[in-house]
Amino acid sequence: MDASQWISISGNLLFTAFGLYFIATVLFMLSLSYRKAQRANDTKDMKQVEEENQRRHLLAVKWGRYGFLTTVAGFISQSTYFVFRWIGQGHAPLSNMFEFMSFLSLTATLGFIIIYVIYRLHSLGVFVLPVVLTLLGWSAVFDTDPQPLVPSLQSYWLTLHVSTVAIAEGLFAVGFAAGLMYVIRTVDQKVSSRQTKALEFFLCTILMLIGFLLVTMVFSAANYEVSFEYINEQGQEQTLIYELPPIAGPYEGTQLSQDRMSPLISTPTMFQGVDAPRKFNTLLWSLLSGLVLYGLLRLALRNRLGAAMKPWLSELKPSMLDEISYRAIAIAFPIFTLGALIFAMIWAEQAWGRFWGWDPKEVWALITWLFYAAYLHLRLRRGWQGSKSAWLAVIGFIIIMFNLVFVNLIIAGLHSYAA
Amino acid sequence: MEQLHCESCGHENPPGTQLCQACGKPFHEDDGPLNMRYEGVALRSQTYQRTFVDQVWNFFASVKVGIWFMFITLVASAIGTIYPQQMYIPSNADPVFYYPDQYGTLGSVYVSLGLHNMYSSWWYVTLLVLIGISLIITSIDRGIPLHKSLKQQRVRRHTAFMKRQRIHGQSGLEEDRDFATIVEKSKSFLTKKGYKVRQDGQALLAEKGRLSRYGPYVVHVGLILLLIGSLMRILPGFTMDDYVWVRDGQTVPIHSTNGQYHIASEGFVLELYDRPGLEELIPEQFITEAVLYEQMMNDQTGESELKQVKRQTIKVNQPMVHDNLRIYQSDYILNEFSQFSFEIEHKETEQIIGEVDVDLYNPQRDYELQGDYHVRLIEYYPHFELDQNNQPATRSNIPNNPAFIFELRTPQNPEGERSWIFVGQRIENPDAQNEYELKISDITFTNVTGLLVSKELSLPVIYSGLAITMLGLMLCFYWQHRRMWLQKEQKVLWLAAHTNKNWFGLRNEVEALIDHTQLAIDKQTLDKEEDV
Repeated sequence: MDASQWISISGNLLFTAFGLYFIATVLFMLSLSYRKAQRANDTKDMKQVEEENQRRHLLAVKWGRYGFLTTVAGFISQSTYFVFRWIGQGHAPLSNMFEFMSFLSLTATLGFIIIYVIYRLHSLGVFVLPVVLTLLGWSAVFDTDPQPLVPSLQSYWLTLHVSTVAIAEGLFAVGFAAGLMYVIRTVDQKVSSRQTKALEFFLCTILMLIGFLLVTMVFSAANYEVSFEYINEQGQEQTLIYELPPIAGPYEGTQLSQDRMSPLISTPTMFQGVDAPRKFNTLLWSLLSGLVLYGLLRLALRNRLGAAMKPWLSELKPSMLDEISYRAIAIAFPIFTLGALIFAMIWAEQAWGRFWGWDPKEVWALITWLFYAAYLHLRLRRGWQGSKSAWLAVIGFIIIMFNLVFVNLIIAGLHSYAA
Repeated sequence: MEQLHCESCGHENPPGTQLCQACGKPFHEDDGPLNMRYEGVALRSQTYQRTFVDQVWNFFASVKVGIWFMFITLVASAIGTIYPQQMYIPSNADPVFYYPDQYGTLGSVYVSLGLHNMYSSWWYVTLLVLIGISLIITSIDRGIPLHKSLKQQRVRRHTAFMKRQRIHGQSGLEEDRDFATIVEKSKSFLTKKGYKVRQDGQALLAEKGRLSRYGPYVVHVGLILLLIGSLMRILPGFTMDDYVWVRDGQTVPIHSTNGQYHIASEGFVLELYDRPGLEELIPEQFITEAVLYEQMMNDQTGESELKQVKRQTIKVNQPMVHDNLRIYQSDYILNEFSQFSFEIEHKETEQIIGEVDVDLYNPQRDYELQGDYHVRLIEYYPHFELDQNNQPATRSNIPNNPAFIFELRTPQNPEGERSWIFVGQRIENPDAQNEYELKISDITFTNVTGLLVSKELSLPVIYSGLAITMLGLMLCFYWQHRRMWLQKEQKVLWLAAHTNKNWFGLRNEVEALIDHTQLAIDKQTLDKEEDV
């Protein structure tokens, strides 16, 4: 086989993995739906209820097991993608945003498998696998063509540094999912409170991410394009191609494609930077589609999303969720230190002649490290367990995502190879 | 303050002790699980609070204060990434104008607060130092007493200690024989599980992974080394950064070594990827064939001369290392002008009377041609520009835009005639009618390699700090300190267990022990915190 064949097969394997993870999510949800029947009423026979509960329990275990096996199948498929693409392009597929994000989804699955083997908790899949699917879907937004390595990336440290960081971040993702489950499981939904609001806000943010993905997929499938001419931030005339319908056009721009809808508003001038109007438009689409999704869900459920999800988790012990979240983070922290600080410093010394240079990406790795170090101190030495600790696990993963997306794409630095 | 005498076992404990270091009897009667965090040891910070020194000590020993330091550092570090630091803006830009120009009002606030050089600012460095002090004091305050306590622990424990462990249970015993069998079974079971088992009469202590308790202090030592290593860089002589531009075939001194070392480039090559279907030009490797020379005394002549010490191909990711000196491929310029050749032509006859080659880096002043023709280079501007007063000047001595003023003296015109030559154009002396014309007949190009030369004596300290930190983290999170106590009190068997993490795993192990020895202990009530 030649290089391009390896790569095209690997693409199919990745797609298969996506499908399998999707099916696994459904299976885990099915498993979660077999909860214990209501306690015996006076009219019902105790024994009958118990039998019904036993039947449901067995079904839950059965579908949960299928869900896990499907996840493992997806993991194998994705691992094969990784190997095939490596062979095809001649270097580990860890060198751009597409490759890194899809690898991160692989390590999150790995983290889930490890934690599942220890705790046998099916419902964790309902929360981790959507994270995996989102990462995988998101990775496809970036350029998927294999690119040869620029000189600074040609080192075995690329493989070591990036893969250890990804393994740690995959485990942090599991810690995040368990933390989120803890919050959903324990927040008092009888009254609206700061906690319920924070949870709704967070769930809405996730929906914005999913909305962004859906909208991008729909319009790229339809090959939607509209172009504008405008004066960019450096005072030069520039043509800008939107791949989403323009809610916000460039400031004082002229539309070149006449058969498309015209912008509703123009991008405020305070948004400066490379291709700012398009980024602003994408941001608006994410916000709007997320809000629409959230609104529809709330109308359909006639309840807060957190309140609607809470019964799913009613049979889980919060203490177990608390422990899983902590355990995942405790396993991840040394790996993160090794990958994101130690390997990073050794490689930076070799490639750039300094082991630490306060590059934004380096600083954000330090911030992530300090955050989880503070989490561990608060938990182990100041007794922050349960709700506080769960929220910290959620925030920690938000910092990681911020570092991955925002710092790479917005704050330019030495690591901004994805731009 | 006085020593605390344990009434149960007679051990003398230092003031401030919570649990007797020998038998574990709590000094304060209370209910609920015991705080086992530091084995109930006396912490200086919790015991002495009178003098100023005590208060300073307590401040830095506080975990709360340490977390605040971390949090402040975290927020400050984030602020420093809002706009690029000064080292990442163009090196010729003046920050005072650059930031407001690029980022508006916020940019000028940024620069006026000194945030463009935040990570080397006095207050950021102070924060790091405070974290360092906090690490040292906490480690002494907790680590040393904890170590003593772990060494002093006895096998037999006070019942008050056993009862208030998170995992404990009791089981009635019919006869003494039963206990002996249970002890034997437990011993073999626990030894198989990797425990070290000690017996003292009718008490058993099984322990494993004690080293894990030292994990946090090992991490702290590693981090202190890392901070010391980073601070060492401020001291003169510990760190050196230099940059040299070397043209193909040239040997240049490395100034920051006071000329002790010279580096030569035998050629710089930029390799591009050559793959079918590749649309852009993507560099594959930047390569300098480099030779390092050292200034040494020649034994025979007694004179100083350059001796070759190392020859190596320097690539990105493959620096040249010699003693403490590291030389990195860092930058390049392709096709820089290196030599201009001029033909001197008689304007009317078009007869060429000679040619001069001008080395643009190190131009000769006088050139003799056949037939008593002399060319003199009067002025040379490697990078020509007009200065504020509209006078010719040079921006740098890199020949990006060379300009020349020549004087040609011929046998017919010993006074000489002048020519102004710029790249691309020629202006003759407007006052005089020149007889001859200087024409650029050939241009030679060369590649220039940019090499970063660095010396970092703090590296061994920093790397050992990192290694120790990593070791400590592994002790902290991949090892667990587990203990089980099994002892007989009259006709009752007592079982208790403790771990510093992963109670789930410990509980499983205790349950396995109960199954193995067929103890009559209810597994449901074993864990006192398993609720909700």
